[in-house]
Amino acid sequence: MSFMNWIDERFPATKVWNEHLAQYYAPKNFNFWYFFGSLAMLVLVNQIVTGVWLAMMYKPSATEAFASVEYIMRDVEYGWLLRYLHSTGASMFFLVVYLHMFRGLIYGSYRKPRELLWIIGVIIYVAMMATAFMGYLLPWGQMSYWGAQVIVNLFAAFPFGIGEPLSVWIRGDYVISDATLNRFFALHFLLPFVLAALVFIHIVALHKVGSNNPDGIEIKKNKDENGIPKDGIPFHPYYTVKDVVGVGVFMIFFLGIVFFWPDFGGFFLEAPNFEPANPLKTPEHIVPVWYFTPFYAMLRAVPPMLNSQFPGVVVMFAAIIVLFFLPWLDRSPVKSIRYKGMLFKGAIATFVVTFVALAALGTLPSTPTRTLLAQIFTALYFAFFLLMPFYSKMDKTKPVPERVTK
Amino acid sequence: MSSEGVDLKKRRFLTASTAVVGTVGAGFAAVPFIASWLPSERAKAAGAPEEADISKLEPGALLRVKWRGKVCWVVHRTEQNLTDMKTLVDKLADPDSEVPQQPDYCKNETRSIKPQYGVLVGICTHLGCSPTYRPEVAPADLGPDWKGGFFCPCHGSFFDLAGRVYSGVPAPTNLVVPPHQYLSDDMILIGIDGGAA
Repeated sequence: MSFMNWIDERFPATKVWNEHLAQYYAPKNFNFWYFFGSLAMLVLVNQIVTGVWLAMMYKPSATEAFASVEYIMRDVEYGWLLRYLHSTGASMFFLVVYLHMFRGLIYGSYRKPRELLWIIGVIIYVAMMATAFMGYLLPWGQMSYWGAQVIVNLFAAFPFGIGEPLSVWIRGDYVISDATLNRFFALHFLLPFVLAALVFIHIVALHKVGSNNPDGIEIKKNKDENGIPKDGIPFHPYYTVKDVVGVGVFMIFFLGIVFFWPDFGGFFLEAPNFEPANPLKTPEHIVPVWYFTPFYAMLRAVPPMLNSQFPGVVVMFAAIIVLFFLPWLDRSPVKSIRYKGMLFKGAIATFVVTFVALAALGTLPSTPTRTLLAQIFTALYFAFFLLMPFYSKMDKTKPVPERVTK
Repeated sequence: MSSEGVDLKKRRFLTASTAVVGTVGAGFAAVPFIASWLPSERAKAAGAPEEADISKLEPGALLRVKWRGKVCWVVHRTEQNLTDMKTLVDKLADPDSEVPQQPDYCKNETRSIKPQYGVLVGICTHLGCSPTYRPEVAPADLGPDWKGGFFCPCHGSFFDLAGRVYSGVPAPTNLVVPPHQYLSDDMILIGIDGGAA
């Protein structure tokens, strides 16, 4: 292969290929939960490609934005497909990332030596939320407008007189306006490339420490005479082929929604957003898109204190910040849920119920009963994290085998 | 490069001072990027005062005016409304308008210059939705004790017809009363204080 030799003398193509794919050894016991990392990358590519194409036809101005989206939907060849791939892709991105994060949670993939890997992942999640929030303003519908109004006003709640100037600075105006839309468009275009860079860093960190696995065993501790982990298999072709199957199944669901149910019953595209933004009238019931609703429910659950809604804002941001500390909150001697005891399993089950319940409450109008429920679930959400140092230590764990099972 | 005879102290000083000067320079370079996000001259100019003609505003009706891009309300309260508002004091978080959400000349029972006309910024003090005007007494959804007021559908805050917030709702303070003045009996100028009120 003289051609590859010529390249390799000038660029480490074969070296990188081997180090990260053909001779990168991943645990042989990956299961269903290990599809979602590669799927998240696939969706990111989908978002960037369809997004760049939408930007070719979209107009980021308050007078033209809504009409330009309708133009894409009705007049541009396949414009509807590009937009539905993008709007459905946004929800799919959060879905696969939530499943990816849950995988990390149950198998202890955030534990030493993967703390930094987890933290980079949380940064990616925060960047995704910022990107999604800014993108949601762009169609300039009623829900876009008032959703952005509410979220930007979260910053206005900051005390010591910095809140109001801060929110004016973010908007570039006293209300959400053309200036806000224009800058959100620029940032929504920029951030996905920042995300792509963060994903690259996430993978660099992953390949330094190696993948965790459903048993939570370090395969690098058990190597053969050639220095290859006995429980490892080369990522390529074994896991590339496995991931291709995952992609196939995922595409059936993804395109099924794109073609047959793009608004997903109002969860992916909300009815008030088919009405142009009107600064004088708030829709009857405004809610964020489903992937933000757990945090929104927490925001609403906290009553105002000292003439300020700041405590609610603090709780909402704390719910995300607490994720950064997860690697140090878990004191269990084992990583994977397979060898953890009933205490930890119970905590995880409660956490799943809590997260789903908060998500559901966040989509519903508030009533006194629902507010009380949201308060209980908010307390449970934080209890899961803040009590973890205690229950993970008290938990009765099972012995971890030397080698991965199955 | 040999490090023999190198004055390490001097080198450290130069490295540190270069870093400090560089950081200060980066700070100055950031100014135009940050400042460009502030409201432009055009956005500031759009904040000019706005006139509201109330000659055709019936008792019980609400007029919406746009000031600084925000919705402003002029509400014409009936005699009954003014009587009802006095009965609500126990349910309100700040009935005497202690929190400065209004100009001094509106720090009174009705939070207005003339009792029958209320001028309010129609933006909820919680997170900036625009509450709906619910003047009817005791509607099915708001309960038998409702004497008319404003209801914010986003997070369920209640305000009376003077924009005073009920206790125990998400909104922390009363609605804002913008600076305003009467140019004549029929004309209100929103956005600027009057000389004599």
